[in-house]
Amino acid sequence: MPFDKIQKKLSILADAAKYDVSCSSSGGKRNNTKKGLGNNTGFGICHSYTEDGRCVSLLKILLTNHCIYDCAYCVTRKSNDIKRAAFKIQEVVDLTINFYRRNYIEGLFLSSGIFKNSDFTMERLIAVAKKLRLEENFNGYIHLKSIPGASNELMREAGLYADRLSVNIEIPTKSGLKLLAPDKKHEDFIKPMEKVKNEIIQYKKESKIIKNTPKYAPAGQSTQMIIGATGESDRDIMYSATYYYKKFNMRRVYYSGYIPVLEDNRLPALGTEVPILRENRLYQTDWLLRFYGFSVNEILNDSHKNLDLDIDPKLSWALRNLDLFPIDINRADKRMLARIPGIGMQSVSKILQARTFRKLDWTHLKAIGIALNRAQYFITCNSRNFHKSDLTPYQLKSKILKTSTSKYQKFFNQQLSLFS
Amino acid sequence: MNPQTILVYDGSFDGFLCCIFMTYDEKITTPIIRKEYESNNQLFTISEKVVTEKNKAHRVWKGFKLKTTYHEQQNFFKVFLSEIKGVENTLLNYTRIIFSRTTNTTTDFSTKDILTISQVAKMVGREKHRMEAFVRFQLTSDTIYTATIEPDFNVLPLIMPHFKDRYADQKWIIYDIKRGYGIYYNLKTVEIVDINFFSRKKSKIPSELLSHTEKEFQNLWNIYYSNVTIPSRKNNKLHKQHLPKRYWKYLTEKNNIV
Ligand code: SF4
Repeated sequence: MPFDKIQKKLSILADAAKYDVSCSSSGGKRNNTKKGLGNNTGFGICHSYTEDGRCVSLLKILLTNHCIYDCAYCVTRKSNDIKRAAFKIQEVVDLTINFYRRNYIEGLFLSSGIFKNSDFTMERLIAVAKKLRLEENFNGYIHLKSIPGASNELMREAGLYADRLSVNIEIPTKSGLKLLAPDKKHEDFIKPMEKVKNEIIQYKKESKIIKNTPKYAPAGQSTQMIIGATGESDRDIMYSATYYYKKFNMRRVYYSGYIPVLEDNRLPALGTEVPILRENRLYQTDWLLRFYGFSVNEILNDSHKNLDLDIDPKLSWALRNLDLFPIDINRADKRMLARIPGIGMQSVSKILQARTFRKLDWTHLKAIGIALNRAQYFITCNSRNFHKSDLTPYQLKSKILKTSTSKYQKFFNQQLSLFS
Repeated sequence: MNPQTILVYDGSFDGFLCCIFMTYDEKITTPIIRKEYESNNQLFTISEKVVTEKNKAHRVWKGFKLKTTYHEQQNFFKVFLSEIKGVENTLLNYTRIIFSRTTNTTTDFSTKDILTISQVAKMVGREKHRMEAFVRFQLTSDTIYTATIEPDFNVLPLIMPHFKDRYADQKWIIYDIKRGYGIYYNLKTVEIVDINFFSRKKSKIPSELLSHTEKEFQNLWNIYYSNVTIPSRKNNKLHKQHLPKRYWKYLTEKNNIV
């Protein structure tokens, strides 16, 4: 390996790939059966953390940052004056294997700028994955980017070697896309998603009947949206997300606060603060939709278009629905327990277990690990002492805010100061 | 004064199970269980040495298994490996609860001992996961991928299966500097090894023993690591919360050799 050349390429092509926030390496179960390299148990591992606190789990790089397109929000865009580089297929294979053997990574996340055309690019991404699986006997995690516009045949092949496939929709609304990526078509994104979805359904059907049906993208597909580039509301974003979850059986939708990388009058100016807090609230909402049984219009709707920044979306929902509270901890069903502010899903199952032994009071709830500073206003338990809820939502909110110091307080102050 | 019985055992898991056996066999109600290499400064005690016998240990474990779920057995072993001083007594109390209970269906989290067990098990479990993540192998010139670690708890027995399944086609050693032993996979089985070469003062692998391209790959990894940070999102507090400083010593990316 010509190490000095590889070093240069790596620094360029890792740098260009870092704006993709997905680092998940979970869900792709591959057992090490033939004494090969790697055993994927389906649970991802973060091997390190970046200085911005994100998980490093995969070798996340571009095959090349040459690109024929000119998407305004992207560092790699054609008109941007930056250093360009391209890996050879074998170089990516060697890097992956050598990093994996040293326990640096769970696998590879390979994306690419589009050179020549979609299929030409997609073919090369597949070639890397194929080599890893067939020649190196590699069972680690592989995430390939589906290149917008790639043919159905190639998308079929990609899923045979990759654990996960993703197309980043990037701009949550069609009008935004038209503005920022004029030469890209909405259909080009949808086409590979549709194909991957259908292949996964097909695989699930066949594998029930035929035992050795080759695996197809066992970790499913995901997508990413940039937040805060085009002035869309949280409602727009979460309705889009819900659409992609439902329509394409997405495993995950990622939200990435826009990081200004270049000057462009269609976009927020350089130096604009990354909306980290907003991004976090969106993830919380996503979580509530996927695991807590909320539906999107309960949290965001015409009269509530954006999430509150100062409180989390569950608390915000509860304050808007005070008539449903207080809830009796010893009686309420699972669905209602999950809706109490300050109570997570783990606590819900602990409550359900513990209350089969005795009626729970405040001490029990504390021992279980419930955030009582928030929950106390919304529940009753086996104690005569509980909060009589004669406060207005506004009073209640300020009371709760006083007792809890959000770890995001700092960001919140920063963002507020922008508007003052 | 009623002198207290101290049961001294060899520190092994089997040895500890034999202590439990003895408390039932000889009806000892409130013993103190201690490893033989832990110091003793209590007056008015009777010390009894417990001999480790496989079949006795086996009987206790069999009985324990009948009354517990797989998860509880795992937790029990994890708590033992925490090596927290006096942990044997917590475990003994716990076994008594287990042996006296009639059902094994649900866990009552409001009982104190059970809560302690599940909390300590969680801590040990976290350390296990950390080690599975933070082990950094270096290829030596005799083609063994070698790593040294200093985990908070004795987690080598817990991480062994993970590494054996994952790195089935390469020889590797993970060496616990703190406890002075390691595990070595020879492409067939995993064995316990003592390497005199390592000590608390000599905890790192000297460069002259490394394969000639090892430093190049470490260098590439460091380049990768320094390129994935997004400066405008820097958050040191979060960084250190995920990656506590005490683990940095053995992390390639935190020992920039370039
Ligand atoms: S096609 Fe992809 S890589 Fe190329 S400019 Fe657009 S977003 Fe960037």
